[in-house]
Amino acid sequence: MHLTDRETWTVIHGMVLGAAFLLAFAGGAAGLYSLRPELVTAEGVRERTRRLVVGTWAMAAVAWATVITGTWIVYPWYRSSAADSPRSFLLANPDTKSWHTFGMEWKEHIAWIAPILATAVAFSVAYYGKHLIKHQGVRKALLVMFVAAFATAGIAGIFGAFINKVAPIR
Amino acid sequence: MGPVEEKGDTVSETPLAQEPDRPFWPVAAAFLAAGFGVLVLGVLTTVAEASADVKDWLAFSTSVGPLSGKTLISVGAWIVAWITLSLALRGRDISPTAVYWWTGVMVALGLLGTFPSFFEKFASD
Repeated sequence: MHLTDRETWTVIHGMVLGAAFLLAFAGGAAGLYSLRPELVTAEGVRERTRRLVVGTWAMAAVAWATVITGTWIVYPWYRSSAADSPRSFLLANPDTKSWHTFGMEWKEHIAWIAPILATAVAFSVAYYGKHLIKHQGVRKALLVMFVAAFATAGIAGIFGAFINKVAPIR
Repeated sequence: MGPVEEKGDTVSETPLAQEPDRPFWPVAAAFLAAGFGVLVLGVLTTVAEASADVKDWLAFSTSVGPLSGKTLISVGAWIVAWITLSLALRGRDISPTAVYWWTGVMVALGLLGTFPSFFEKFASD
C-alpha cells in the first residue's frame, strides 16, 4: 500500500476535506432547517445555536481549505504541459476532451463560489446567534445560500471525482 | 412578575422574544458582498475567455495560470466590497427582500459567467 505525494494531496483535497464538508453541511442544514420557534425550546435554542455556529464556520473553513489545496497544490499537476499530465491526456483524445473543456473548466471556477457563500452564511449565523430564531426570513435566506454553497461545491466535487477516475494525478 | 424562562418553554414564551432585535445591515453587507464576489468571478472568467491579453495578465502564477488571477481578484473584490458595504450600510434600515434579490441576481450572473457553454461563446480566436 503506497500513495505518492501527489496522490496523497489528491486524497486530502477530494476525500478528506470532501467528507468533512459533507458532514459540516449535513449538520448545518439540519440546524438551519429546524431552527423554528414552534419546534425549539429556549434551552434548545442555545444548544442548537452553538452547534449551528460551529457547523457553518466549519463548512466555510473546509470549503476554503478545499479550494486552496485544489487550486494551488493539485491543479498545477493537472494542467502541467507534460505529455503525461491529466490535462494533456484528456485533450489528446476526442472521446475524453470534454472532461477538460467542460468538466474541469467548470469545476475549477464554480468551486470558488462555495467558500464565499458559506462564509457569508457562517458570519450571519454567528452575528445573530440565538436571535436568529426570531428572524425566520433571514433563516430561510441563509438556508438557500447554504444549499447554493453546497451545490456549487457538489458540482466541483463530482467532476473532480470523475476526472480523477478518467485521468488520475500520479 | 416578568416572564419566566423554563426548560420546556418555547421561544415565543421566553425573555428572548422580548430582547431587542439586532439590526439587519451587517447581514445585508455580507450577502451583497458575497454576491459581488461571485459576480466578479463570473465576469473575469468570461472576459479572460474573450481576451487573450486579459487571460495572460491574469496568470499571476505560472503553474496555476489564469485561474490564479481570477480567484485572487474575486476574493479581493469580495473582501473590499464587504468592508465598503459594512461602512456604507452601517445603521441603515435596509429591505431584506431587496438584499436577497440583488444577491440572487449577482450569484446567478456569476454562475452563468463560470459556465463553459456560456463563456466559450465569447472565446477569442
